[in-house]
Amino acid sequence: MKTIFTRGPSFTLRLFIVIACCVGLLIADNQFNLFSSVRVYLNSIVSPIQYVADAPQKLFSTFSENIMTRQALVDRNQQLEKDNLHLKADRLLLGQLQSENKQLRELLNSKKQFKYKRMITEVMSLRSDPFTHQLLIDKGAINGVYLGQPVINEQGVVGQVSQVGSTTSRVVLIVDASHGIPVRVQRNDAIAVVHGSGAWDKLNVPFVQSNADIKEGDLLVTSGLGGRFPAGYPVAKISRFEYQEGELYATVTATPVADLDRSRYLLLLWNDDPLAGADLTLDSPEIFDEPVQ
Amino acid sequence: MNLFNSYKIIYFTFFVCLVAAIFPLPIILNAFRPDWMVLVLCYWIIALPHRVNIGHAFILGLFLDLLLGSILGMHAMLLSLLAYITSINFQRFRNFTLVQTTLLLGVFIFMSKLALYWIASSMQEIVLHRHYFWSVFTSMLVWPWFFLFMRFLRIRFKVS
Repeated sequence: MKTIFTRGPSFTLRLFIVIACCVGLLIADNQFNLFSSVRVYLNSIVSPIQYVADAPQKLFSTFSENIMTRQALVDRNQQLEKDNLHLKADRLLLGQLQSENKQLRELLNSKKQFKYKRMITEVMSLRSDPFTHQLLIDKGAINGVYLGQPVINEQGVVGQVSQVGSTTSRVVLIVDASHGIPVRVQRNDAIAVVHGSGAWDKLNVPFVQSNADIKEGDLLVTSGLGGRFPAGYPVAKISRFEYQEGELYATVTATPVADLDRSRYLLLLWNDDPLAGADLTLDSPEIFDEPVQ
Repeated sequence: MNLFNSYKIIYFTFFVCLVAAIFPLPIILNAFRPDWMVLVLCYWIIALPHRVNIGHAFILGLFLDLLLGSILGMHAMLLSLLAYITSINFQRFRNFTLVQTTLLLGVFIFMSKLALYWIASSMQEIVLHRHYFWSVFTSMLVWPWFFLFMRFLRIRFKVS
């Protein structure tokens, strides 16, 4: 039997309680970041829904892999073997260069460590918040993923982990409006900070002096400053460098080198010692104390 | 038994709509995705206000926040506000024709998208995309069929 008069507290009272809860949550989550540790459990609650939503696409891709023709498989295998050969040859040279670099660094008394721990992860291409640029990946706290972990693909830096669940995590992309990453220009080591613009293929480089030596087409790589991203990974290419006469700073924009919206597999990097990748060797302070002639 | 049966159907529709809300679509179609959560909540509140109400809207909003990775409480606040407006007027909305409810839903979704943008822009730095409001129209297109289908479900499975 339906009744017009519902039981329990009135709608207005319920609304007030709920709105108060929501405002509390909004402030606690956004201003004080109280939920960063609890979110592991909260995200685990909803991860079944994410797996259900991701299942059809996964099924479809395995299905389409299964019905590939033999010829296509053979072709692809050949192509991959060729690529593998090239990469292995490059790697031979890399090992040689690495030992040489190590020797040279020992001569200069500056130690730089390279860490190799990394993990392949698959993107779950589910919809995310419409205002931010995020990706969901299928690795979480049980795989050792941590907050702020750098994420790359084979082309360059993609972003960093912003939320961790037990089996899934969220990656905030470098083009997100709230993201910034310290970089240097590969050609001349000028340092800058690259901010996301909110558009898929545009990054802003603020506070670049108008007489800075930056040209269109310059490659920006991570500088390792700040300790989050290891040094040396490509981030973006300068697409526009303009300045008005008399302005203090130039307008510089860049495009990310990684295909952010198209990559299916990403790599998680472990950057254990935050300052291991950065070159923090300063010149001895006496030089600066001497008066300039 | 009857109560369990009703909630079984209601929660099943909620689950399906949550999945539909995050289901992977090509990027071009992503902006045209109807607002499934608003549709399903409005339907159940108009049909069975003593079963689904502000509490449910709040919990579902939290789920949606977690699924989309937005700030906790954003969607929860909006959905519970919509649930409040619907549940104090459900008798009136029940007597509306299908065209009138479609227009009403359009207004609801437009207001909720506007409010969402307002909350998000006051909390963090965001960018508004051109296609952001298109889902209002797709939701209005979907609503009549959705409404008829849900009514069929409700009568078929005797949800009360």
